[in-house]
Amino acid sequence: MDTILDILGAVIREAISPGTAAVAIAVIGLNLHFGYTGLLNFGQSGFMLLGAYGFAISLVHDIPLPLAVLIGLGLAFVFALVLGIPTLQLRGDYLAIVTISAAEIIRFVGRLANLKDLTGGAQGIQGRTYQPAFVDLSFFGDGSFTLVPFNYTDVADGAGWVRALGGLVFAACVVAVVVLVRRAKRADDPAAAPAERRRGLVHKLLVALIVVIGLYAVFFAMPVTYGRSGVNGWWVRAVAWTLVALSTLVVYLLVRSPWGRLLRGVREDEDAMRSLGRNVFAIKMQSLVIGGLFGALGGMVYVLASTVQPDALGRQITFFAYTALLLGGAATILGPVLGTVLFFSARILIRESARAYVPDSVMSTQQTEQFSFIIVGVALVLLVIFRPQGILGNKRELRFNV
Amino acid sequence: MSETTIGTSSLADPAARRALMSGVTPEPGSAKRDPILKVDKIERRFGGITAVDVEHLEVQRGIITALIGPNGAGKTTFFNLITGFDKPSSAGSGAHWEFDGRALDKTSASSVAQAGMVRTFQLTKSLNRMTVMDNMMLGAQGQAGENLLKSVFKPLWRGQEKAVEEKARELLARFKLLEKKDDYAGSLSGGQRKLLEMARALMSDPKMIMLDEPMAGVNPALTQSLLGHIQSLRDEGMTVLFVEHDMHVVRHISDWVVVMAEGRVVAEGPADTVMSNQAVIDAYLGAHHDTDLGDDEVLSESALEEIEAEVRADEAAHEKHEGDKP
Repeated sequence: MDTILDILGAVIREAISPGTAAVAIAVIGLNLHFGYTGLLNFGQSGFMLLGAYGFAISLVHDIPLPLAVLIGLGLAFVFALVLGIPTLQLRGDYLAIVTISAAEIIRFVGRLANLKDLTGGAQGIQGRTYQPAFVDLSFFGDGSFTLVPFNYTDVADGAGWVRALGGLVFAACVVAVVVLVRRAKRADDPAAAPAERRRGLVHKLLVALIVVIGLYAVFFAMPVTYGRSGVNGWWVRAVAWTLVALSTLVVYLLVRSPWGRLLRGVREDEDAMRSLGRNVFAIKMQSLVIGGLFGALGGMVYVLASTVQPDALGRQITFFAYTALLLGGAATILGPVLGTVLFFSARILIRESARAYVPDSVMSTQQTEQFSFIIVGVALVLLVIFRPQGILGNKRELRFNV
Repeated sequence: MSETTIGTSSLADPAARRALMSGVTPEPGSAKRDPILKVDKIERRFGGITAVDVEHLEVQRGIITALIGPNGAGKTTFFNLITGFDKPSSAGSGAHWEFDGRALDKTSASSVAQAGMVRTFQLTKSLNRMTVMDNMMLGAQGQAGENLLKSVFKPLWRGQEKAVEEKARELLARFKLLEKKDDYAGSLSGGQRKLLEMARALMSDPKMIMLDEPMAGVNPALTQSLLGHIQSLRDEGMTVLFVEHDMHVVRHISDWVVVMAEGRVVAEGPADTVMSNQAVIDAYLGAHHDTDLGDDEVLSESALEEIEAEVRADEAAHEKHEGDKP
């Protein structure tokens, strides 16, 4: 029983970690590129790394925090322009080739020994050299804090059944949300009666309420304790997840507008958009820049609780981002966040389970890490075969392959 | 439709159109009374092949002009060139074309469309994973909400969005697609997509609409209604230029016909006279273009024998001609 709880604890800590939030922000940007505009950007990690470098190096050189953030975003902006001007006039594949190599170039330049004074070379920049400027902003106070303050230890002296009850409530909430959303999708059908559609708002509030109850149940059964401020405490988590929420909101506002319609039009057929008098190049450039800025923001959040290490933000982060996006559902608003959280949690669940239950003679600790990636890869293949639209995607859209 | 194009133009009357075009000499490159499109020295080469080589062409405002010619005559390439989807090889050395008094030599496809010349495609380009309504809304020009900075603030574009949607509804109703407005465009049939593409092009209130084979793959009943739509556009004052292979269609609705062969304009004129032009018959129509090959009576034994005899005679003459050569 304790082993299971330990595993679940590790999963939940991973799910709310600043790293997960950082990747989620980058995936939100990638969703704008790939999901809405159809741009094959395989260099999202390059945007993240540039944002992180710009941010951290500025802070090391005593530039104020807001300016440091702007410098990080500015670098990504320039990077997007440099990538976009030559490639966006060409077919989509070229952007994929150029972005993946450009991201690698950034990483290798960051690793250069000649630039050791600036980027720290392959060792990177130590967190303590730039983090204080951010940590000092915390108004959370000292000491540690447990989420949620009222948890299972307060009921019946923390008996096992109370925790189990919390878990059951969570499971019930997941089932309820799935059932409600499925029913709503059927009601969304144009054939449905208007009265049924009018219930939409009430329905959305109900789903939101159940989600909140479910999340509470998780932290009720599995409370998490961190320092209030500190380098890896609640402060950085609160900021990171607030940024995730803000990014989601911005993307929502963008894609529901006529501008978002332009993006989807470009995804479907560029020539048709030209014949309708639209400047396709400008639209794709705007999308590339905005998605890239989200990438840079994600990169900055990523290094807030760790170090700026060029190899940590390499190709694999790009592919994690794509996996998370496909898992959650491309061209959906909440898909990127849901996909990222599930992807990172699932990997930790597999790794920790393998560590706990597979004897060391069969699989060493290091091998469990690799094993988790293998399973995640297999899961992705199965996902693309059996649910290509992802968790939140719309299956109807997939019937017409362009 | 905007207020200016609604109602009937003076050219709705067939007699008025005939009178308008009667003064025009039916020869390639003739000058029109009020040309909306003028093209000069447009040439497009693909390697050693010259696909399009048009010396001069004018398109009269307010009527339906048909562009016909055999496969490979360069009709679609010509369309691509004047709508900015392709660049002429003669660019910079005399190539010049102007639309409604505005030179288009160096403009992109999108600005050609903004100038008021909107085209459709031979292979329909519907935006499949978007609803029919979204397809239509993309046709409207000058939307404030398409500006990145304004797009985030809904009050800045809500009113315009409503107006655009209302217009889209009207057009969809006219093209009998209104009940499909929430379906994905990809779920429409081929003919419905043609209708959608035409309706979408009309969302921008174009001055001239260019249709590339609008009837290809469309069933007879739908052809009827498409023809009706095209004629009503003309009657509202729009200029129509279209590529078509079906001679019945061309004869039925076009006020002027331009014939292309091997990249050149070989003939021009009203439909009936152009079709009796020997150059056109040789290049395109064939001697039996007036007979319906789907008609059983035509395919009677005697008729077939007649055709065979004709072909044999042709071949004999051809061989004799070859033999004459040294």
